[in-house]
This record gives sequence, C-alpha cells and structure tokens, in this order.
Amino acid sequence: MFQHDRLSNEITLFQKIKNLDYILLISVILLSVLSVFVMYSTDGGEILFHTKNHFVKLAVFFPLMIFVAFFNIKFWHNFSYLIYFIVILLLIYVSFFGIKSSGSQRWMDLYLFVLQPSELMKVAIIMCLAKYYHRLKIENVNSFTSITIVLSIILIPIIFVISQPDLGTSILIALSGLIILWLGGVKIKYFIYSFITFLISLPFIISFLKPYQKLRILTFLDPDRDPLGAGYQIIQSKIAIGSGGLDGKGFLKGTQSYLDFLPEKHTDFIFTLFSEEFGFIGSVGLLILYSVIIFRILRIGSISRSNFARLFCFGYAFAIFIYIVVNLSMVLGLLPIVGSPLPIMSYGGSSMLATMIGFGIVLSAKINHKQMIA
Amino acid sequence: MIKSNSGIRKTDVINRRMFIIGAAKVVVFVGIVVRLFSLQINENKKYLTLSDKNRIREWKLPPTRGNIVDYFGNVIAGNLKVYQLHIIPEQVENFDYLLVRLKILLNLSDKRIARITKLKAELKPWDSIIVSENLTWSQFVKINNYLYDLVGVKPVMTISRNYPFNDVYTHILGYVSQPNEQEILENETIQERFVPGMKIGKLGLEKRLENHLIGTNAIQRYEVNAYGKRINQLEHQKGEQGSKIRLTVDTEIQKACGELLNEKAGSISVMDIYTGDIIAMYSSPSYNPNLFLFGISQDEWQLIRNNPLKPLINKTLSGLYSPGSTIKPIVALSALENNVVDTKFKVKCTGKMELYEQTFHCWKEEGHGWVSLKNAMKQSCDTYFYEVARLLGVDRLNKTAEKFGLGKKVLGEYFDNEKKGLFPNTVWKKNNLGKGWVLGETLITGIGQGYTQTTPLQLCMMTAQIANGGYKIKPKIIVDSNPVSYEDAKQSMESGLLFDTDSEELIDKKLFKDKKNIKIVQEAMFASTNERFGTSYKSRIDDPKYQFAGKTGTAQVKRISKRERELDLELEQIPYKDRDHALYVAYGPYINPRYALSIIVEHGGSGSKAAAPIAKKLFKLIIDRHDLRNKQSNFERITV
Repeated sequence: MFQHDRLSNEITLFQKIKNLDYILLISVILLSVLSVFVMYSTDGGEILFHTKNHFVKLAVFFPLMIFVAFFNIKFWHNFSYLIYFIVILLLIYVSFFGIKSSGSQRWMDLYLFVLQPSELMKVAIIMCLAKYYHRLKIENVNSFTSITIVLSIILIPIIFVISQPDLGTSILIALSGLIILWLGGVKIKYFIYSFITFLISLPFIISFLKPYQKLRILTFLDPDRDPLGAGYQIIQSKIAIGSGGLDGKGFLKGTQSYLDFLPEKHTDFIFTLFSEEFGFIGSVGLLILYSVIIFRILRIGSISRSNFARLFCFGYAFAIFIYIVVNLSMVLGLLPIVGSPLPIMSYGGSSMLATMIGFGIVLSAKINHKQMIA
Repeated sequence: MIKSNSGIRKTDVINRRMFIIGAAKVVVFVGIVVRLFSLQINENKKYLTLSDKNRIREWKLPPTRGNIVDYFGNVIAGNLKVYQLHIIPEQVENFDYLLVRLKILLNLSDKRIARITKLKAELKPWDSIIVSENLTWSQFVKINNYLYDLVGVKPVMTISRNYPFNDVYTHILGYVSQPNEQEILENETIQERFVPGMKIGKLGLEKRLENHLIGTNAIQRYEVNAYGKRINQLEHQKGEQGSKIRLTVDTEIQKACGELLNEKAGSISVMDIYTGDIIAMYSSPSYNPNLFLFGISQDEWQLIRNNPLKPLINKTLSGLYSPGSTIKPIVALSALENNVVDTKFKVKCTGKMELYEQTFHCWKEEGHGWVSLKNAMKQSCDTYFYEVARLLGVDRLNKTAEKFGLGKKVLGEYFDNEKKGLFPNTVWKKNNLGKGWVLGETLITGIGQGYTQTTPLQLCMMTAQIANGGYKIKPKIIVDSNPVSYEDAKQSMESGLLFDTDSEELIDKKLFKDKKNIKIVQEAMFASTNERFGTSYKSRIDDPKYQFAGKTGTAQVKRISKRERELDLELEQIPYKDRDHALYVAYGPYINPRYALSIIVEHGGSGSKAAAPIAKKLFKLIIDRHDLRNKQSNFERITV
C-alpha cells in the first residue's frame, strides 16, 4: 500500500503525458473539430460570430482539460466539497446579481466571458457525492442520516437552479446526483418507492410549473396543436432531421437551417442541423463517437483503484449519456423541450467549460488510476 | 483489513450497479437509433416534402388575357406593354428623400404620397409598392435617367389590357378593371388564378367570356427563408395567354355607326340576314373603356355618369322602345297569314277613327283616303292598321310578333344586360295587370304603341327575318368553331331547312304559312322607301346595287294632348325629353338582300327625318364591304 502511494507520488510530467487516455483524447478532439465545422454551417458557411467564439473557447478549454488532468486525482478528491461549496456560492450570487436574459437569471459576467454556474454544478455535484460515498462506510449507505445528507446536497443547488428558472439544467443536476446514489448502493426499493411517489405527485408538480413549461409538455404530447407557436420548434426540427435521409443534404446544404426555419440551431438544436446535413449515417456516427467517449470513461472508472475516481467516472459517464439522451430525445420529439445542450457540439461556454473540466478529472483518474485515496 | 474489505465490497456494489445502468444505456441508445431510422429512412419522403414546402414558395404572375379581334382579325381588345414604377422598401436608403424626389419627378399628388406611406407601413419590407401603374414613356425615361439617385426604385415593364378603338366597342366588349371581393368569390377560375394587380372583365363580353379570355398564370418558384423573404429563383413556368375570340363585327361599319350617331342618343344594329352575324351593334353615346384600366378618376366618372344622353346604358340591348310604325310589317304579315285581309282590302282614312267614344288619330290629319295594304305601309297610314288590328285581334298579332322574335332575348346567353321586351296579349294583361283587354289597346298595338316594348336588336332581327324570306335565324356576335358560310345559310333556308347548331339537326325554320305573304310585305316596304309618297322616299338610293327597303317609325314618348295636336309644333319647340323617338328598319340590297339594320335616334323626331337618312349613308358602306367580308369568312376558325 505504501509502495503504491509512493509510486503515484513520483509520477513525472512525462509519465503523466504518457498515461493520458489517447482514445478518449482523440475522440474529444474529433468531436471538437466536428463541432467547429457544424458551427461554421450554422453561420451559413461563413466564419462569423458563433464559429469564431466556439473555436476560441475550444482553444482555451481544451488545454484547460489537460491542465486539470495533470492534477492528482487526490487533489480533486480533497477539494471536492470546496468546489461544490464555491459553485453553490456562485449560484447564490447569480440569484441576486446575475444577468437576466429572456426571462431567466442564470449568468454572471466575468468580463472575458459569461459564466453559467449551474453548468458547473453538473460536474461539481458528481465530485461532491463521489467524495461523500467514497468516505461513507458501506453499512451506513442506507442510514437515515446519510440519505438525508445526500438528498440535501442534491436539493440545495436544484432549488437555486429551478428558481432561475431553468428546468432543464435542474433535471440534469438531479439525475447526475441520483446516479451516484445509485452507484453508491442506496437500496433499489428506495428508488422504486421514490419513483412511485414521483409519479403520484406528478399532477401536483405540474400544477406548480410555469405556464410556458406546461405549454412545452402539452406541445410535446401534440406538436400539431399550435404548429406556428409552441409546436414550431419541434415540428421544424423533425422536418430537418427527417428530410436529411440516409446520407444527408450535404455539408452547408441544410435548407432548414440555412433558410432560418430551425430555431436555436447554435445551441440546443445543433444536432438537428448536423443530422439534416449528414443524415442517418452521420447521426449514427456521432452517436458512436459519443459511445466511445462514454465507454472510455467507464473503462477508466473500472481500472481506478480509488472508489472516488470510480464513482466520479461512472457518474460522469452517465451524466454525459444523460445529456446526449435528453438533447436527442428532445430534438427527435421524444421528450418535451427542455433546455439542454449537446456536450461539446452546442454553442455555449459554460457547458463546454464544465464538460472539459469533467474530462480533465477523468483523465486525471486515468493518469493516477493506481492512486489509492484514504 | 476490515476497511479494505469494506472498500472491496463497495467497489463490487459500484461495479454491479454500473453494469445495470450500462445495459440500460445500450437500450436507450438503440432506441434513439431506431427513432433516427424511422424519421430519416422510413419517413424521409414525408419530411423531404415538408422541407420543400417550407422553403419553396410559388408566386403567380397575372395571366395574359386573350385578344379579341373583329371579323377581319383586327385586334379590338389587346394587350399593351405598360411602364410601372415600383419601390422596394428594404432597398431604400432614405424613404422620405425618395418620396420628395418622386413627387417632383412624376408630379405626384399629396394624396398619392400619403397612400404610398401607408402601404409601406402595411407591407413587408421586401414587397414592392406600386407607385405608378401606368407611366408615360417620357416619365419612364426620366426615372431611368435619375435612377442613380433613386435607390430602391425599380422601373418595371408589364402588360395591360388595351382597347385600340377606344369607345367604338365599349358596349360590346365592356372593360376590365380590378376585381372586388365578391367577383373573386363568384368565379372559381378567377379565384384560382387571382393575383393582386390582375384585372378582370367587368362588363360585356370581357365579363361573359372571362374564363376563356383569362389565360393561365405564369409561375415563378422561389426559395424563401423562414420569414418569407425570397432567396433564390428556382424556376419559371410560362403561362398561357387566354383564348383568342373573333367577333362577327366589322370595325369599319361599327366605327361609321359611331360617327353617324355622334352627339345623339341612339343605337344602330346591322345583321347578316342569313347567318345571323351581327355586323355592327353600336349604342350612342359611348365612352372610353381605357379610362377604367387604372382606376377612373372621379371627375371623368362623373362626366360619364351625369351625361344626359346616358352613355352607360347599352341602348341596343337594354333600351326598350315602342316600335312605332316599324311594327307595321308584322301587323300586315299577321293579317295576311290569318286571311284577315288581302292585297285588295281597302280602308278609308279620314285622319281619325272613332271607337267607343274614343278618337284614334292617324298621323296625317287630313287623312289618306282609301288605302290598300301596300299604300298603307308606304305612307304609314295609322287608320288602316287600326282597322286591320281590330279585325285581327291582339292575340293573333302577338303570335306572329313572337315568332319573329319580339318579347324574347336575342343574344341572351352573352349579355346579362339584354332586356327581353314585351309584346302584349290578352292573357298577359289579365295576368300582369289584372284587367281585361280593351279593344282600343288592340288598335294602338297595331301601330306599335301601347304596351309593346322592343329593343333595337329585336327590331333588327325581325327585319332580317322578313328580308330573308321569313326564316328564323340565330343571331350571333362571336364566330364559332363551325361558321356557316353565307351561301350555305342562304341555301339551307331556301330549301326550307336550317341547320341548328345547338341540336345539330336540320329543322324547318319557316316563320310563314304562305311565302306569298312575305313577298307582299317586302314589296310594301320597298314601296315605302322607293316610291313617291313613301315615308322614307327621300332617303332612297336608286342604284340597284345599294337599293334598300325599309319602314320608318316614330314612337311617341308621351301622349299628345289635343292642344299640342292643334299647335303642330316644330321639333325644336318641344322640350328634348318630350320629343318622339325616331326609328327606321331596313334591309338591302332589295334584289338579293343580304343585310338588315335598325336605327333608333332617341328624341330625334320623326323616323323619316332623323333615322332613315342615316340608313342611306350606312347602306353604301355595308354593301361595299360585302365582298371583303365574303372573302374573310374562312379566315380563321376559333373555338370558344
């Protein structure tokens, strides 16, 4: 045990570079390059605002990921609670002094770019809960105290995020948190009971939703209800994807996006544009690329010695998976429209920052997979 | 060790739970792929169509109307290039400046400027505003010279209806103008092909033949963005011009009619007595249909509307007149046919006739003395016809009159405004006025007064059917797909059979019982024009080539009081409104007749003075053009 400790402490920069997960790295680079091209297409085949900004963000955050990776996983373990706490403080700050835009208050101005702390929370909550379960004795997993604590850890940020309001991100944070509870060994029957309770209280919850959120659910159930209003996004999105066909309309030739029929094509609906231009083959290819990333993260988790790293990797892999599923289901008309970006592909600094930090920690776990954490 | 054990146990839990989730992930991803497959592969066609529906928008352009030509192929309703000025607001840098410039260049009114400003607010920035629909060439050149200074202005060349003969054909053709909502809803073809700026027939044949004339839209396909803005033109589909319509009318004669009736209210109709072709049909005064194309100005409209000679009324078809003495050929024929009189039958005219304490006057106060049928016709003796009508009775007279087309529409299927007139009988009076027939009414019916009301075209057809030997004809104004030549029509009539194009059968269209009777009436009409003391003797032409036979008529507008009869006023001394209508019906040439005509001059005084001289001038032209017309008969056959 001592040996292992020493071993990991002695890792040199060269070894760190050597120990990076290159399959994951290449996949992320591929995804990044792809995202720049797609962004170029949303700008109508010109290098405009979105393409430039997206590229600059990648150029900053990709090295940041490597930088994060070079910190020992132990370091991230040690600072997990603090990071969670700082993000909570940012959420509180935002709820008082944040920038308002189209009816919600989610952002803070950092001069260089505008930060959305709720995006960071998606990663911070996984870190925090991974550390909690790493330290918790297996016997206490199902104790009242521990369940209360973990539920509080999940609920506190959600209260802030939901009041911004931002239903999409809250759901993603909740799911990211719950998956750690699941991995940590919370009894299956608790999940089942909660799920039943959730279903029963669903009408009650719906009555608390904002009118626009209710409308989104109604629209999801029947998009043709108001094809030019609330149903417009989903109908146009399905048309774009459906008309893409097997091999797509071709790069820069997606008429739905080029002629402005697609809403929010830079952000939440980026997949729609991609799918219209690259078709079924391209879409499945993108899914495979994402699957490779998820699989690599899971693999890193499974070779990690420490349960913190393992929990983080498994949790983060699930989170990435959930982001993709929620986003794709939304644009494919399988789920109501909730704001949720597609990792790396969507335009948006905070989401990319959080995703890259997540990848960084995963890479750190890979570099230090033999590291035990007391 | 315990710790380590616990650690291992925890790792096992984590791994186990991860595998459960991992399996779920695979299922979900497969589900997404299935969904992608169903959208992109299975329903690809549906969504491709929807995507095209999104991005491709069609713009219909106004169709080009078919030309209307006269019998000789001269265009009488055509299309002309017009120069228009459009503004495309989104291209304009400074709208106010532009308006000021245009105002000076084109001399636009403040009202017009206000309208443009209003339109700009209503329309999308890329929709063009039509500033001027019809620029003169000099204005168009001026705009083109200053184009560098007029950013956002587009001079456009387009096509508009044009009537080259101005007012000559107005009552036949009508005119086109912008349709109102009702007109669009009423006609499915218009509804389907309507585009803003398109003009439709408002009156006459332009309205009646709308569906033939309208043509099909040219279609331009554009790729548009989500806001409806045109991005690319994809293709252009040419429209088809509407069908060409050829009329039976001769422009030269039609024009002459207009000149002869200049500054008079009245009507002239000329008809081929065998084919029923209408050679001319002019109602005076007329008005210029070109004024309506781009919206008539209020001043011009008031001028037409308030003209006391009523240019808006098509007098040939909608004007109802007492036929006056022009009915006498029919009265005479009816009496002959019913064996009431013969050529030897005579009546003594003393200038008036007493019946049941009522006095019926002959126009000639001193009377005609003993008159036979021929003399009575020639001198238009009223007393003779009072007596004949009394012997004949109104019901028998009515039968003959209706046989010759009185009381029925002549061209009903083509003109909505045609009136059917009236020829009374006892049953009609009982049913409509609820009173029994009075013998005195028979007498005045016999001289074409009383209840009888006829249109000028009916009188023309009536005369034509006497002229052709008493055969029914079907008047027409459009050359149909199977025109019957003049000779064929004449031959089939002489054999007593007529080819009916409706039932496609040869039918006996004889209107008489004894051909001799028609001859007697024809001779009497000849005498009326060509023998001394005949009422239209002064208007005769002696050259047999042009010689014609006719009958004058003078229709009273109001009852002549005893006092007025004694005064015997000159025409100029009577107020215009109270003056008699002058009528004349005639056919010619007398040997081998070809054409019949009817002339009415409203408030013109006596038929012999005001109407018959017009016939003299007209007949020469009509006969002179006969050969030309004959050559033209096979010129072009157009299906309608």
